[in-house]
Amino acid sequence: MSASAANPPEQSTTDGAALLEVRNVAKRFGALDVLKNISLNIASGEFLTLLGESGSGKTTLLRLIAGFEQPSAGEIWMVGERLDILPPYKRRVNTVFQNYALFPHLSARDNVAFGLRVKNTPASEISGRVEEALGMVKMQGFAAARPCKLSGGQQQRIALARALVNRPQLLLLDEPLSALDANLRKQMQSELKSLQREIGITFLFVTHDQEEAMALSDRIALLRDGALEQVAPPREIYAHPATAYTAQFIGQTNLLRGEIRGSIATCGALRWPLEETDGPVIFSLRPEAIRICADGKRQTNEVKCRGSIRQQLYGGSSELLEVDCGSGQTLRVRIPACGPLTGEHEFIFSLADAVRVQE
Amino acid sequence: MYSRAYKSVASIPPLLWVGVFLLLPYALMFVNSLWAVREGLIVHQWNWDNYKTLFTNPLYAQVLFRTMRIAASVTLCSLLLGYPLAYYLAFHAGARKDLLYQLVIVPLWVSYLVRGYAWKTILGSDGVLNGFLQYFHLTHEPVGFFLYSPFAVVLMLTHIYTPFVFLPIYAALEHIPRQLVEASQDLGAGSFQTFWRVILPLSMPGLLAGATFAFVLSLGDFLAPLLVGGPSGTMIANVVQSLFGAAFDWPLGAAISVGILVITISLLFLSEILEKRWAFK
Repeated sequence: MSASAANPPEQSTTDGAALLEVRNVAKRFGALDVLKNISLNIASGEFLTLLGESGSGKTTLLRLIAGFEQPSAGEIWMVGERLDILPPYKRRVNTVFQNYALFPHLSARDNVAFGLRVKNTPASEISGRVEEALGMVKMQGFAAARPCKLSGGQQQRIALARALVNRPQLLLLDEPLSALDANLRKQMQSELKSLQREIGITFLFVTHDQEEAMALSDRIALLRDGALEQVAPPREIYAHPATAYTAQFIGQTNLLRGEIRGSIATCGALRWPLEETDGPVIFSLRPEAIRICADGKRQTNEVKCRGSIRQQLYGGSSELLEVDCGSGQTLRVRIPACGPLTGEHEFIFSLADAVRVQE
Repeated sequence: MYSRAYKSVASIPPLLWVGVFLLLPYALMFVNSLWAVREGLIVHQWNWDNYKTLFTNPLYAQVLFRTMRIAASVTLCSLLLGYPLAYYLAFHAGARKDLLYQLVIVPLWVSYLVRGYAWKTILGSDGVLNGFLQYFHLTHEPVGFFLYSPFAVVLMLTHIYTPFVFLPIYAALEHIPRQLVEASQDLGAGSFQTFWRVILPLSMPGLLAGATFAFVLSLGDFLAPLLVGGPSGTMIANVVQSLFGAAFDWPLGAAISVGILVITISLLFLSEILEKRWAFK
């Protein structure tokens, strides 16, 4: 990493080998603040996902890095070179577009060769590299086909090959799987992940699908209304969400709102001791952290409550229960599939699983 | 969707229109071209002599050749003007797009004749252009070849047909997904490479349609040569007009018309085939 002395990185990743640095970047469209003071580092070889609802600014951030938009403030650096002042065609970054954006007048092979041709790569080298790229995405058999003759999944693979053939330092993927049906999507996710591991190119992946983000990423950067809500590896962001928004957006959760008074946390019908200063408080409690307490016993670090089952949703391997605990408190509980349940039960969860989050 | 009876009834008016206003006149013209003129009267004597004259008399070949050359020049000039204009409007005009579009279209509402006379006023020996040149002492006497020359015909026809070339090209350019331009830049292509490898091929159907418009419309034009062409700017339609008029040789005029029709239809077919080859989706 060779950031110039005049511009020291403001935030470094754990191993320090940042490939891309986004420094205090903001983007305004007229009166609309689409991105607000974003700082983010991407490590070399990393699979980072920009996750957020539509309108959260994730695609705008990707377009700033690709060069299709100019930041209103801030800088973007890539291995010691300032990126945001370069036109898109001079950046060592390639994009896989949401709707693939394959050239309709070119065959799959010519689409893949496009990037090499415009850079005047010798013809002898082009054919080899194009074949190699088509091989990576298992599309050698469709080299001569026009995009309109290819299915969505096949177009997706060609779009990927067209970007990878240029050996970019950073590959940007703008919701590349969102147009595919569920099964194909799962399959492409797994292929994408193993491809990224094989070739070692850094991926910056944009999606609104939190499951996809969890399955693929080394780290997730969660965007909310143009600001970074939390940046962390999937396991960490799931286990320790910093905010109520993160906890709700990533996976399902029970948000328990209440207060601490005299070292006792009270959230509706639930009470447990907690050595913290007094004041309002929110906890995130994952549904799978709660279980049915068959023998009525509890350990000191556990909380027990009675509740009646209002609804039971069967999900194959598990059941999702909606439990009424009284005082208007509803808990969602996920337990292994167990057959129909009715009436009142005792529920129990460990104190460690109630994670305190910010508003 | 619709019943057979409805379909057959609904197809009567267009078929009638095509039959009465297109097929019948063409047939009459073709029949006429096989007749002859004897002592100032048209006699119904079947023969191919008119076609022989067409190919053997160098006068007709010469005028036809000049007509094609003028039509080709008009096509080229309209493309050179219309394409950059359409490109600018489609990609770079921003908020001014609608206004500029209207400005291109407005001349189409002005009568062809008015525009012809306007060119006469501009190009004539005491016209605006010569007045300007002499006022600034760029020339000492009026330049003659501005008016009554093939140059004047090309100029006037280019002025008239550039909007016709502009429109299909503009439509084609507007149709190109902007993401393809971004994809091209993303893959390392600068403006020129993006134009050459993506925009131009994708606008080819529009370009061909525009070129066909300009060429075919110029080929059959007789007003521009009449107004600003002079003897050296005579085109084939003027010959046809005089054969049907003063010369009273309808059969020969009809034969030439059939010849023009064959050329035009062949061109339209060719352009149709090329446009299909370049059409993607």
